[in-house]
Amino acid sequence: MSRLPPVVITAMVLLAGFVICAIQFPAIASTRVVANLLTDNAFLAVVATGMTFVIISGGIDLSVGSVIGFTTVFVALAIEAWGMPPWLAFLAVLSICALFGAAMGGIIHHFDLPPFIVTLAGMFLARGVSFLLSTESLPISAPVYSAVSDFALRLPGGGRVTAIALIMLAVVIAGAGLLHLTRFGANVYALGGSRTTTALMGIPVGTMTVRIYTLSGLLSGLAGIVFSFYTASGYSLSAVGVELDTIAAVVIGGTLLTGGQGSVIGTFLGVLIQGLIQTYITFDGTLSSWWTKIVTGVLLFAFIALQQTMITVARRSAARAGARP
Amino acid sequence: MPLSSDTTPVLLEVRGLSKSFGPLQALQNVDFTLRAGEIHALLGENGAGKSTLIKLVTGVLPCDAGTFRLGGVEIAPRSASDALQAGIATVYQEVNLLPNLSVAQNLFLGRQPTRFGVVRQGEMRRRATALLADFGLDVDVGAPLGSFSVAVQQITAIARAIDLSARVLILDEPTASLDRHEVEILFRIMRQLARRDIGIVFISHFLDQIYEISDRITVLRNGRLIGERPTADLPRLELIRMMLGRELAEATGVRIAASAQAPRAPCASFEGYGKAGYITPFDLDLRPGEVVGLTGLLGSGRTETVRLIFGAERADRGHIEIDGAPARLGSPRDAIRHGFGYCPEDRKTDGIIPDLTVRENIVLALQAKRGLRRPLARREQDEIAMRFIKLLDVRPPDSERPVGLLSGGNQQKVLLARWLATAPRLLLLDEPTRGIDVGAHAEIVRLVRELRDEGLSLLVVSSELDEIVTYSDRLIVLRDRAHVDELRGEEIAVPRILAAIAADGEVRTRGAAR
Repeated sequence: MSRLPPVVITAMVLLAGFVICAIQFPAIASTRVVANLLTDNAFLAVVATGMTFVIISGGIDLSVGSVIGFTTVFVALAIEAWGMPPWLAFLAVLSICALFGAAMGGIIHHFDLPPFIVTLAGMFLARGVSFLLSTESLPISAPVYSAVSDFALRLPGGGRVTAIALIMLAVVIAGAGLLHLTRFGANVYALGGSRTTTALMGIPVGTMTVRIYTLSGLLSGLAGIVFSFYTASGYSLSAVGVELDTIAAVVIGGTLLTGGQGSVIGTFLGVLIQGLIQTYITFDGTLSSWWTKIVTGVLLFAFIALQQTMITVARRSAARAGARP
Repeated sequence: MPLSSDTTPVLLEVRGLSKSFGPLQALQNVDFTLRAGEIHALLGENGAGKSTLIKLVTGVLPCDAGTFRLGGVEIAPRSASDALQAGIATVYQEVNLLPNLSVAQNLFLGRQPTRFGVVRQGEMRRRATALLADFGLDVDVGAPLGSFSVAVQQITAIARAIDLSARVLILDEPTASLDRHEVEILFRIMRQLARRDIGIVFISHFLDQIYEISDRITVLRNGRLIGERPTADLPRLELIRMMLGRELAEATGVRIAASAQAPRAPCASFEGYGKAGYITPFDLDLRPGEVVGLTGLLGSGRTETVRLIFGAERADRGHIEIDGAPARLGSPRDAIRHGFGYCPEDRKTDGIIPDLTVRENIVLALQAKRGLRRPLARREQDEIAMRFIKLLDVRPPDSERPVGLLSGGNQQKVLLARWLATAPRLLLLDEPTRGIDVGAHAEIVRLVRELRDEGLSLLVVSSELDEIVTYSDRLIVLRDRAHVDELRGEEIAVPRILAAIAADGEVRTRGAAR
């Protein structure tokens, strides 16, 4: 299939990176470090799964970081200040985030606006609302939080696959299934190919757009909950700039920024590459953590250049195929 | 050929259809009748209302007045999917499928076989293969559609439509980018479908094809119904008169050679000019007051030659002399500086800028030539725009209308005006009449001749042999990315061209020896 090659390249980059890291710091090649990699990047992988759908469909969602911030604040306040049972707080915040995504999708479709602008507005809105709720860092001490952070599957070698890592893996697998195996997934690719054509082929484009942004909003909310588990707190300044890390992970994972091609698995690998760079810097100890951004930037450039080359090559071979009777 | 008489059951009945866009009456009280098992050609000049009629029937646009009955039942499609559900499917020239999805996904998008919500890939591919086999197509249905030729994509689109149980199939310019062999495949499929009692609406600018395939012809002009006739009872001249509303003085039929004066010195001459893997080196002299035609099959190197001459591709061998002095063409800027102008084949993507006005499109190349530091005053721009609008008869004569809203023929004229405004000495026209109706056709041909008579040097690419023989003073025939023959004077005739394209090896050496 056409979606394989970029993913294979991403996988090779990850593998090569891992081998280099493991040669320099043999301790990296342990289940403990690998399991932590999953835990530390769980929220990013969850939100990036939603972003993959959005980008493949030809859109972009800049609101995800702010929605994560909002979610952590809302959950912390709901549980600690308003006395909601945690499950109800989760349900409420997921509904809010899903509705928020749906609203953005609806606006994008009905007013025929660029997703960039609409979700940029959503980004300011969600961040503003979380500041309105609270500007403090709010610790969460509900029993469910300590229970969740205590839970883990133990691996040989001391690795602990935590609950949030398991949630993330479930989301990635479900997301991959939804994208690659269902009609919904095929429609997402179709939208990224051409909106007009998809509409002419009888696919309800409006409904699809709303659903895709709803999914992204929902997963942003879930990522926010995961993030609140990870930090056991809510803070309106959390996850600033995460939308850009997310987009970077999706693109490094081989998804075409213009839509139409990509995969959830690639995105997952893209997230792990970013996590691996972070881990390397932690192990090194002398490097500034901002090197993560620099390496991510370089990788992003490399992947965009690679995609462009592959598109050009594909066009040429298509033109050659076209010349044949 | 399946014959349809007036007794065959009526499939689609359109009555009293009207539609206006603001003050413009695009369709006025038009009737259209399609019988089962009939191939019905819908003809008209650009702006006659063909596209509007199709858009109304397929629910893309709402109509102001009128009724549709399909198989005797009144329908009111409000969207493309409504029409599709009712049984009316459309296949456009620019295939409306998704190149990034597999052939199978394209065939079954939105109705893939599923089990527990999961698409059954194997089953879908099996069905797709079987469906395409019906149409004589044997391709890997798992491969992305974009990797196949336009013909395969079109057949896929037709297969999808038919499988959606379409009873009415509308083919909008399906043959425009197909070669002869592919057209035959398409026609075979159309006849096969007509035998299955499917009604086909066929829109095309190729009159030969209309006469070859259609049973009945409906002609529209300026948004009105002009007439509906069985094809067999409608002589070609009569048809053209119906379309144009005036006698076309065999506009494209007569060959008018240039005045027989001594050949002038070439304004540009190319020697051994070529690029590896792009076009075989060629020799070519272009003289003022002369039209050189370039023809050959699709992919034979016509466009490649022109792009090389305009500097849009860089040659890797050969020399150029312009006015006897050695020159270099490294980019289109160089070419423009030397007084070259180029109207590309695909005017939608390479030529016009649809959101800019007619005036802005016209002054574009002139401004680029003058440079940013010498802006054209608005008054000057208006003057230039109005002059060319009048000269080329651009309709409507509104210099502030976005070009995207003009018809194909008028867009082509604007493109021509853009280069004429730079007062060029050499004009390269790639398929200037493609996708243009008969009337505009004749006008473009007339313009080519007039420009030649004014002393311009023209290099014109066209795949329409009947047309290119009428204005070429010399004709270069291409095959397999090489210039294989050059015809002059009386030699320029359709049979000669066909012979040159069909011949192998022997002619090529002759062409190379020239």
